[in-house]
Amino acid sequence: MARSVTTQRKLIFTIIGWSIGFLIFFPILWTFLTSFKTEGTAVATPPQFLFFDWTLENYHEVQSRSDYGKHVMNSIVISVGSTLLGLVLAIPAAWAMAFSPTKHTKDILMWMLSTKMMPSVGVLVPLYLIFRDWGLLDSRLGLVAVLTMINLPIIVWMLYTYFKEIPGEILEAARMDGASLMKEIIYVLTPMAIPGIASTMLLNIILAWNEAFWTLNLTAANAAPLTAFIASYSSPEGLFWAKLSAASTMAIAPILIMGWFSQKQLVRGLTFGAVK
Amino acid sequence: MATLQTRATARIMMSPAVILLFLWMIVPLVMTLYFSFLRYNLLMPGTEEYVGFLNYQYFLTDPAFFTALGNTLLLVGGTLLITVIGGILLAIVLDQPFWGQGIVRLLVIAPFFVMPTVSALVWKNMLMHPVNGLFAWIARSFGFQPVDWFAQVPLFSIILIVAWQWLPFATLILLTALQSLDGEQIEAAEMDGAGPISRFIYLVLPHLARAITVVILIQTIFLLSVFAEILVTTNGGPGLQTTNIAYLIYSQALLQFDVGGASAGGIVAVILANIVAFFLIRLIGKNLER
Amino acid sequence: MGSITLEKVSKSFGSTSVIPEIDLEINDGEFVVFVGPSGCGKSTLLRMIAGLEDLSGGRIVIDGKDMSNEAPAKRGLSMVFQSYALYPHMSVYQNIAFPLKMDGQEKSAIDKKVKDAAHILNLTNYLDRRPGQLSGGQRQRVAIGRAIVRQPKAFLFDEPLSNLDAALRGNMRLEISDLHHQLKTTMIYVTHDQVEAMTMADKIVVLNAGRIEQVGSPLELYKSPKNVFVAGFIGSPRMNLVEGPAAAKHNAVTLGVRPEHVQISKTAGLWKGTVGVTEHLGSDTFIHVQTENTGKITVRTDGDFATEHGQSVYLTPDPSRLHLFDANGQAI
Repeated sequence: MARSVTTQRKLIFTIIGWSIGFLIFFPILWTFLTSFKTEGTAVATPPQFLFFDWTLENYHEVQSRSDYGKHVMNSIVISVGSTLLGLVLAIPAAWAMAFSPTKHTKDILMWMLSTKMMPSVGVLVPLYLIFRDWGLLDSRLGLVAVLTMINLPIIVWMLYTYFKEIPGEILEAARMDGASLMKEIIYVLTPMAIPGIASTMLLNIILAWNEAFWTLNLTAANAAPLTAFIASYSSPEGLFWAKLSAASTMAIAPILIMGWFSQKQLVRGLTFGAVK
Repeated sequence: MATLQTRATARIMMSPAVILLFLWMIVPLVMTLYFSFLRYNLLMPGTEEYVGFLNYQYFLTDPAFFTALGNTLLLVGGTLLITVIGGILLAIVLDQPFWGQGIVRLLVIAPFFVMPTVSALVWKNMLMHPVNGLFAWIARSFGFQPVDWFAQVPLFSIILIVAWQWLPFATLILLTALQSLDGEQIEAAEMDGAGPISRFIYLVLPHLARAITVVILIQTIFLLSVFAEILVTTNGGPGLQTTNIAYLIYSQALLQFDVGGASAGGIVAVILANIVAFFLIRLIGKNLER
Repeated sequence: MGSITLEKVSKSFGSTSVIPEIDLEINDGEFVVFVGPSGCGKSTLLRMIAGLEDLSGGRIVIDGKDMSNEAPAKRGLSMVFQSYALYPHMSVYQNIAFPLKMDGQEKSAIDKKVKDAAHILNLTNYLDRRPGQLSGGQRQRVAIGRAIVRQPKAFLFDEPLSNLDAALRGNMRLEISDLHHQLKTTMIYVTHDQVEAMTMADKIVVLNAGRIEQVGSPLELYKSPKNVFVAGFIGSPRMNLVEGPAAAKHNAVTLGVRPEHVQISKTAGLWKGTVGVTEHLGSDTFIHVQTENTGKITVRTDGDFATEHGQSVYLTPDPSRLHLFDANGQAI
């Protein structure tokens, strides 16, 4: 759009834009700042914004006191594990649907989508009982399985929309050039699809990392990821704001950064390609 | 593409995902359905018996159900109202050229990546705390009586937190849709003498209609089952004031161990979600055809 | 060697038949063009020869061997796609080398073949580039390079020029014809553009709705089209097709005469009419005349013929160049 923009107009929108951005971001910023305060300064009135004695004490404390490392590992294992497992299941499926569609392909895709719409509470009871009977309660394995199934439709869909953008003629060209199915996938499809696969992975790690229904209901002390760990600050430890903030900052920082990198894919992933 | 060989391979490659997902969907659902017709309490094992629609009758006539249903609708509706209107305004602002646009965009979408338990706790303790919270300090600075958020307006507080989490989602999608609006169309309208407001009403809004529908439907799916935010802030209280359907079923199943009742509730929740899903799936399916 | 024989080849999707039985003989070294309107099945036929589509019936014999159920890679054919189908993540060099690599050839042998091909196609300076950094014509040449390094029995071209602009299309047409003279390999070329067909082919196969309407050299098709469809399809501007009394006079249902075989005069002639639009191309002039009894007739005349819109003129078709067709559209 070749429209001339007056400097004045730009200035006004700069002010409006930054004010809104600051307001929305503020709770995160506030958490970040509080994590460097002592418990005393954290609850001080009036609140201290920047000029307080910065300390790393909370980070030390959180890590030493509460098996923080274990919960981080749980979060990593569960989110990365379920995403990788999901990709292993979804890549062949999406490949098939994108490049060898039949008249049922669309129905299968829609059906996969519909499983995503089933409210988790609807199946809470049987799943809880199955987990109890199979000894999967509070186990990483169980959570990996559940989160894989929960996010599988999204993974399939995202990959499908990415694969769809690879022209079928290129794969046919590879076939004419003498590539076997394996070689076609290794030399041609995968390199072309890597950006799509990477963003699918990123978004699903984020979703799995933040999942807070099954992680809360199916874990206790052992397999609890960060979502459940933070929930334990609910009371009465929630009164220790500085420590809560330090734990929260560590829980959200890596995912926030990943999220910023994958913001474009986020739209496509969460709207199942309906908005691009 | 379409030779017999490739088609056969395709079927094999699709089957693991399809079969697993099918089992994941059907097994628990059938079990839920089955339990919902039983008297089944984990505290009284061995007393299971078929009771027909009794569980449904109890669940649907329980005053708690209507409270929870009302709360669910308020929670979904309120959050949608805030996020859609806020999202449109924000998207329009972010679509204007200004300095540091990219950074502001990152700031705005950040809340979406914060895990629900963190955002709920941060808001509850550090912002909405009636004594030490930042809001209380702001209110006092202006000479007002601070609001005791979770005691006076508990449901609204939760709506606020959830809306904060979902506003970025709505903004991002609407912004994406806005950016796909054809610049020449706007210029043509300008040539035709349309002012900013009529341009918004006649061009921008219709263009956004699809995206808005998508936002509403997808958010509804997720908002119907808001859970963690309630669990860590209010535990559904005070009384039942912040209990939604999801939380009600959770408390019946895992706090009161009433498997039959919770299962009946689960089926009700599935039916409610399906009503929304029906429209969403049709919308996305239409999109698939193009 | 590269002779290809189609025996009773047919294709149907579900219950809809796209190609009823087709028989066709393609000789070694021949440049064959499949031409027809879009949706006539020409691309499907090509893809069946390539092995990218199954046959519903019949056999495809390449060099005497039945290849009907062989995988594409095993048929020894190369294909140039409409979209060029270059591998975007590989350099030009890697693109051209890919089929050789898949064939498991030696590195040094691959290197030599790629460089030779690049030399023939004027791509030597671009070997390190990615397809995205090339112009349309260069991409086209890379696609051809990838096809020739394998030294296939035959080349298959699927509307390779349709994504190029008009000037470039003319150039590439010459280059492909040139290549054919150099390599003397069988080529099968699919297009909807009859100009490409006329200028390049040894043998043209005119397809319509999955059926072969006529097979022949360009001049055969031009001079003696077997039916109304071929008559109307081959030649530009289109042949004038007249029905009614003018045709009945020759005991035909349809009478065809090419624009270049109609005499135009300002004083006397067989059909009287008024001048509509006149298109001056410099070398030629096309005059669209609304006649009184025989409908609209297009006339091709020399570049200097001056007319005005609405002027009365007389037209006379060359009686030795008339094409007559019966009620079924077949030539009499």
